[in-house]
Amino acid sequence: MPAPVDPQLLRELTPRVLGVLVRRGADFATAEDAVQEALLRAWRRWPDDGTPDDPEAWLVTVAWRCFVDAARSEGARRRREEQVATIPEPGPVAAGDDTLLLHFLCAHPALSPTSAVALTLRAVGGLTTREVAAAYLVPEATMAQRISRAKRTVAEAGLDGPRELATVLRVLYLVFNEGYSGEVDLAAEAIRLTRQLARLTDEPEVHGLLALMLLHHARRASRTRPDGALVPLAEQDRGRWDTAMVAEGVALLQSALARDRLGEYQAQAAIAALHADAPSAEETDWVQVVEWYDELLALTDSPVVRLNRAVAVGEADGAPAGLAALAEVDPSLPRHDAVAAYLHERAGDLAAAARLYTAAARAATSTAERDHLTRQAARLHPHS
Amino acid sequence: MKYLLLKHYRGGPERVVDHGPLEEWRPEEVDAHVGYMRDFARRLEESGEFVGEQALAPGGTFVRYDGEGRPPVTDGPFAETKDLIAGWMMIDVEDEARAHALAAELSAAPGPGGEPLHEWLEVRPVYGAAPTVAD
Repeated sequence: MPAPVDPQLLRELTPRVLGVLVRRGADFATAEDAVQEALLRAWRRWPDDGTPDDPEAWLVTVAWRCFVDAARSEGARRRREEQVATIPEPGPVAAGDDTLLLHFLCAHPALSPTSAVALTLRAVGGLTTREVAAAYLVPEATMAQRISRAKRTVAEAGLDGPRELATVLRVLYLVFNEGYSGEVDLAAEAIRLTRQLARLTDEPEVHGLLALMLLHHARRASRTRPDGALVPLAEQDRGRWDTAMVAEGVALLQSALARDRLGEYQAQAAIAALHADAPSAEETDWVQVVEWYDELLALTDSPVVRLNRAVAVGEADGAPAGLAALAEVDPSLPRHDAVAAYLHERAGDLAAAARLYTAAARAATSTAERDHLTRQAARLHPHS
Repeated sequence: MKYLLLKHYRGGPERVVDHGPLEEWRPEEVDAHVGYMRDFARRLEESGEFVGEQALAPGGTFVRYDGEGRPPVTDGPFAETKDLIAGWMMIDVEDEARAHALAAELSAAPGPGGEPLHEWLEVRPVYGAAPTVAD
């Protein structure tokens, strides 16, 4: 009985199958190609043959065979160059932390962030090169090269490198922030991968990042108008927030915070949770928001955090206090003028606000932000 | 991050080297120049940074709307416009420093005598996606 292949199942299995091959001693680059080949065969065969009883074992067997074939032909080539190729003996199928190993390998510190993102989406996320290319709006050939260079870097670095959760989380955060740019929903993909990671490790920061993503994702429907225009937090229709997702995010955050090992993602999630909890912008507990920004600053000392803190101070203690906080922030930051414009408008200086919104629109880094800031400038511009 | 590298026929800062029009170079110098540009694009494909490129013909026309039911108004082509774009290449790179390094590499394309042209290239950032976590 023909049945459609479940793409989620294949994506879930991708890092596990690759992890098995790598753990058996297969070199990373060849193994990753072999897994992609096995996935393609699954797409072709399973609709007619039916999904195997043990799909993971099926994929491991087929991928291993592909790997051995590739290693043999590579070996033959190398022998002609008088070198010896080794095909490792298939060892036991290892336990569930193969997926974790894959997360670490694909976020290897030797990779640039862009390469780590591409490799993670393919080798851990199980996306095709075409899908990753479409998500980042580059030609498929370019993305194929980017991924294959990244694989070589990882293969050369070997399995014994540093295993830093921070870089893994950074990669997932970058994927989430790219949002939704066409046929692949990167935000949803980032959540899926972070969920997967959260099942494998009980590090509070992993759960903090997942909570942060869910709390932001819950607002997605209200964040843009049907024509794509940005809607600022204060003007969002809070009735459209996904309450179930908010509840899940809050619960995750609370149990992470209870572990008493604060990190930047937990602190960011705490701020997002305070917003999610408020019935309106005015009723937000801005004093607590500022306190969380202080925590976040202590953890990161990031200029962007300092900038966002100035907005919160403006809400908690009034626009003049916000402007005083802003005076300590590097004015060359991309969103500095946008924040200054907002605070000046709140302080009643509409002329300065209009001028700053205009400058902010010119410094925007996305068309959605530029258009939003242009509208703000136009709103304050004196019209005859 | 994506950047557009713009090559100008005319316009921009004053030329560092006056290399004369391409049509007056030796054929092998033209071949070397064209080959360098082609290899540059190929290297970018291999490094996973290439997005696209097109060369533009010089003879452009200005066109505008002229009211309901009326044909478009055209003007030009102009022999002596102040600024004329010769072509573009879109790259997708880690940061602005990398975009500048690649533009400088492209600007080193050989001219007469095989010497680098030191040609000015304009580098323009392309708007990206609005980050989800901003508020």
